[in-house]
Amino acid sequence: MRMVATRPTTMSFSPYADNGGTTVAIAGDDFVMVASDTRLPRGFNIYTRDQSKVFGLTTKTMLASTGCWADVLTLNKVLQARLTMYSHEHHDVMSTTAIAQLLSTMLYWKRFFPYYVSNILAGLDEEGKGVVYHYDPVGHMEKLTFSAAGASVAQIQPLLDNQIEAKNIKDGKPPKMTKELAHQLIHDSFVSAAERDINTGDGVIIYTITKDGTTEETVKLRRD
Amino acid sequence: MFRNQYDNDVTVWSPQGRLHQVEYAMEAVKQGSATVGVKSTSHAVLVALKRASSELAAHQKKIMPIDEHIAVSISGLTADARVLSRFMRTECLNEHFSHNQTLSLNKLMERVGTKMQVATQRYDKRPYGVGLLLAGYDEDGPHVYQTCPSANYYDCKAMAIGARSQSARTYLERHLDEFSAATREELIRHALRALRDTLPNDVELTNKNCSIAVVGKGENLNIYDDDDVNPYLEGLDQEERRGGAGTSRDAPAAAEGEGDGEEGSSAPPPPPSDDQPSGDAMETD
Repeated sequence: MRMVATRPTTMSFSPYADNGGTTVAIAGDDFVMVASDTRLPRGFNIYTRDQSKVFGLTTKTMLASTGCWADVLTLNKVLQARLTMYSHEHHDVMSTTAIAQLLSTMLYWKRFFPYYVSNILAGLDEEGKGVVYHYDPVGHMEKLTFSAAGASVAQIQPLLDNQIEAKNIKDGKPPKMTKELAHQLIHDSFVSAAERDINTGDGVIIYTITKDGTTEETVKLRRD
Repeated sequence: MFRNQYDNDVTVWSPQGRLHQVEYAMEAVKQGSATVGVKSTSHAVLVALKRASSELAAHQKKIMPIDEHIAVSISGLTADARVLSRFMRTECLNEHFSHNQTLSLNKLMERVGTKMQVATQRYDKRPYGVGLLLAGYDEDGPHVYQTCPSANYYDCKAMAIGARSQSARTYLERHLDEFSAATREELIRHALRALRDTLPNDVELTNKNCSIAVVGKGENLNIYDDDDVNPYLEGLDQEERRGGAGTSRDAPAAAEGEGDGEEGSSAPPPPPSDDQPSGDAMETD
């Protein structure tokens, strides 16, 4: 076997890890549904099959975060501390819109060493309407009525565009958003994503936020 | 009270070994309106008398939440109290962030004490002109702590500070044995009765001038103001006042039951001193 000369290679340390995970949120007139899968992978390995990526912030707002799990946890901890500080100063709980803006600025503060996290903030606004905010890792924020993020975003987002906004359908008419429709879309999106993407699977946890509180539901997904 | 030569600087000792500036700071605490803290084996309670600087102003908040398991009631310079409260809040937040646990009260008091002590040993600072009563519940149970401008802090079974608080302390001393086994409601009632004793006879506790904080086993901090105070005040103004220092000659058995006839306002109430701070005095509440 002859030794072949190769170019010098370098090994380096990356501060980021990709821990997969997929999240979806859909808003209605008086509710918002936010869901995530429960698989926490790294590469071809699974750390756990039972890790939800949705964090409750207030009775009206939840945050779904995926990406580097270390950054997800830290971002959430810092956000919790900021929420407490706000309520101490203002004698009131932060509104969904206030949290949305805060998250955007918090992310941009680390513009030059970002939180490697894809965020979706979901909640009820001051009028009780469902609202979804989608973020990139450095805080670009968009207010939407539905969004997907994470490992399977490329599979799920076009499905939602088509089914919720009737995009790319000739003479398509968007349906009225109901809890049943949102639930069905979320369920089908995750089942489909789990078929095609190794990073998504094991289970889905779906939260529904209304003015009366939050309900929780889990659905099993394929575990391969 | 004139100790002119050695009282200009907190860094100057008097020949008697006293720091007069610190003692003057403790006077500021006595100017603030009264507040009482008591604890049982399961709960810790704070009640405070809110003062309004004029008819036009709202009653000054006396009880501040620090964390889910700690509240602090202030007496003295409100601004100083806010600085200390903000410090305590950040200490508690940092404990949650770094160690995922609630900050126990003994650790918090140590940090507050250390912070306050610095102001008693620097020529470019002044002592904090506020006394604090902390009520909290941690892994060692309920606690009531008192702090002074001297930076000393005391772990108490019950305590009262502020204007005319001696009457409240007398009530607390007399009923000390009843606190351990008291229920949550009985404990709050005791604290309110003690607070009431600091008031002149013609003034009553109302939902405007009274604040209550409760924390305990299985109960995160609750602070009650305005209408939320009503259930706890119910019937209180019908009860006979046990009286303050003046009635110490009465039989100790008088400690049982509500309004059990044993009384007689044998001693006159302490003369009501001026409740309002003078116009340009520091904001003490």
